[in-house]
Amino acid sequence: MTSPPDVGSGVAGPLPTAGDATSGPPLLDVIELRKRFPVGAPAVGRLLTPFVARSRTRQPLLHAVDDVSFTIARGETVGLVGESGCGKSTLVRLINRLLDPTDGGIRLAGEELALIRARDFARSRHRARIQMVFQDAGDSLNPRYTAFDAIADPLRRLKRLTGTALRARVEELADLTGLPQILLGRFPHQLSGGQKARVGIARAIAVEPELLILDEPTAALDVSVQVVILQLLQSLKQRLSMSYLFVSHDLNVVRLLCDRVLVMYLGRIVESGPAAEVFARPAHFYTRALIDSIPDPARSKAAPRARLSGEPRSPIDPDPNVCRFHGRCPRGEVRCTQSMPVLRRLTAGHEAACHFAEEVTAVPV
Amino acid sequence: MSAVPALEVRDLSVEFRTRSGIVRALDNVGFAVGKGETAALVGESGSGKSVTAYAVMRILDPAGKITAGRAMFGGIDLLQQSEKDIAELRGRDLSMIFQSPRTALNPIRRVGAQLADVLVRHAGATSAGARTQAIEMLKKVRIPDPERRAMAYPFELSGGMCQRVMIALALACRPAVLIADEPTTGLDVTTQATIMDLITELAAETGMATILITHDLGLAAEYCQRIMVMHAGHVVEDAPTSALMQRALHPYSAKLIAATPAASAELDRLASIPGNLPDLRRADLPPCRYCARCERRTDACEQPLPRHVQPDGHAVACWNPL
Repeated sequence: MTSPPDVGSGVAGPLPTAGDATSGPPLLDVIELRKRFPVGAPAVGRLLTPFVARSRTRQPLLHAVDDVSFTIARGETVGLVGESGCGKSTLVRLINRLLDPTDGGIRLAGEELALIRARDFARSRHRARIQMVFQDAGDSLNPRYTAFDAIADPLRRLKRLTGTALRARVEELADLTGLPQILLGRFPHQLSGGQKARVGIARAIAVEPELLILDEPTAALDVSVQVVILQLLQSLKQRLSMSYLFVSHDLNVVRLLCDRVLVMYLGRIVESGPAAEVFARPAHFYTRALIDSIPDPARSKAAPRARLSGEPRSPIDPDPNVCRFHGRCPRGEVRCTQSMPVLRRLTAGHEAACHFAEEVTAVPV
Repeated sequence: MSAVPALEVRDLSVEFRTRSGIVRALDNVGFAVGKGETAALVGESGSGKSVTAYAVMRILDPAGKITAGRAMFGGIDLLQQSEKDIAELRGRDLSMIFQSPRTALNPIRRVGAQLADVLVRHAGATSAGARTQAIEMLKKVRIPDPERRAMAYPFELSGGMCQRVMIALALACRPAVLIADEPTTGLDVTTQATIMDLITELAAETGMATILITHDLGLAAEYCQRIMVMHAGHVVEDAPTSALMQRALHPYSAKLIAATPAASAELDRLASIPGNLPDLRRADLPPCRYCARCERRTDACEQPLPRHVQPDGHAVACWNPL
């Protein structure tokens, strides 16, 4: 815990404050990850001029994930927040190896995964090590699979389980996730939202992953059910010693569950740090606006709150010298259009990419 | 709350005929919203929040039938009006903001034209005048560069922008009553905040009565003066926001507050609400539809629901309030 790992542009190491985070090398180490998507050029035109035109006129690129580096320690829960379109989902799909990165490294317990092509990853021995709970359990479950089939599928494919061993394992998983065994024969449309969420979790943990990625696992649930699912996730993490990457736009949920938070804006991480620290002393204007936007009945109506105006900048071929937040930032200055701020360390483990980070932290939330 | 409410719903009951029986979606729902007041209808999915709004606006699915009740608006009962008369009121005096703006807007018509349609139909504007008014409205909901955006199709706008267009549509004719059905679900928190600021600001400016339908108690508590809690087609509690948040009387409201993740909460301390909504198709629904999930249940709960009202207007439908 003393020396942060040497991973490119100012990345937070595992933190001493991060609750039950264990020592040693990080479980996941993401290094200067980039993903760019070609956009704009009409498909027909490209087909007609296969070689000539493309070399002459460079195609516009959408920078979905740009120079993202972070680590997740074993047993740690890291929250990833940001608005829609900021690249959260692309980042998750890269780490989960459903997409190939343009550039950069993804190391799981020291082994490089970025070089395995996404299409081959499903058959690689690493597939079981990273699993995912998808956003809407109702949409992500196969409607023609019973709950049993949904949970059994990864076990059949990745663990080669069959017969009674398979049945025993599925029933064990149902118990573990609090899904009554009597429901295993049912199809998704016969299950409630909470039950579908349990099936989604059960099938993801079936193959004993080391890293579980949770993409808004409770967004579609009522608060009463959400609490139960969050408590289930918390206890499963401790029992199965997994690490979580928790993607959400509900900051109150992130605050409840996460040791550390990454705030993403237009493809870049703009702030990272221990959850309690980031929520108490945000160091980026965007984070501050996010926190001020959480509905809070206790808040005094008179207190001024940071509100964002304007639309985000275009992620297509962004100017590398302009801060991505410029235009919506209440503080933006000429300096912000001349050099893009990079992540820099403020206190141990707390980093922000803003020229005025000290100014932001100085004002209490 | 002013003496004469802008909208008063009394004893509203709605049934849906389905293949597997009659669903009693609403049962004796009653509430009133004053001029300039912002009130929230809060509850879990399936509690009847949207059905209440649809019934008042008379846009229920054909399978839904209003079996009893009144919805008084300016001395007339909306539920007794002819289809033609209610169509005159809708959009002009009563307006609604729908969930998921992208599906509620016409995808193949420019947003400026959609706004102009409303103005021509309800405000008697000429087509040329409607155009400038439409741009004026877009400016009012703080859409940057409204002249250009008026020519955009909904798919060219972000979710927040589409919702602003929806608000502009709803407010174009300065309605007396606005129903906002989950206006910010699916939007980012930052966008949610600006949209809610905008709605409450415009409501205060024009003195409209606003009903915010949401499942987010935190959102309701921040923006509304009064909260009506719904459970399985009943309004179980109706109280000023501060009274409800400080001391909820109905066991269900108390659980709902305890389950909502707030700034200071810890995961272990959050309460869950055991059980599910009762099957509303049952013929033998108990008088209190929460009783199967309730910890305070007694024999008295078999009696028809009481309605205790305190001097501050805090009403609760429960035999054993907290």
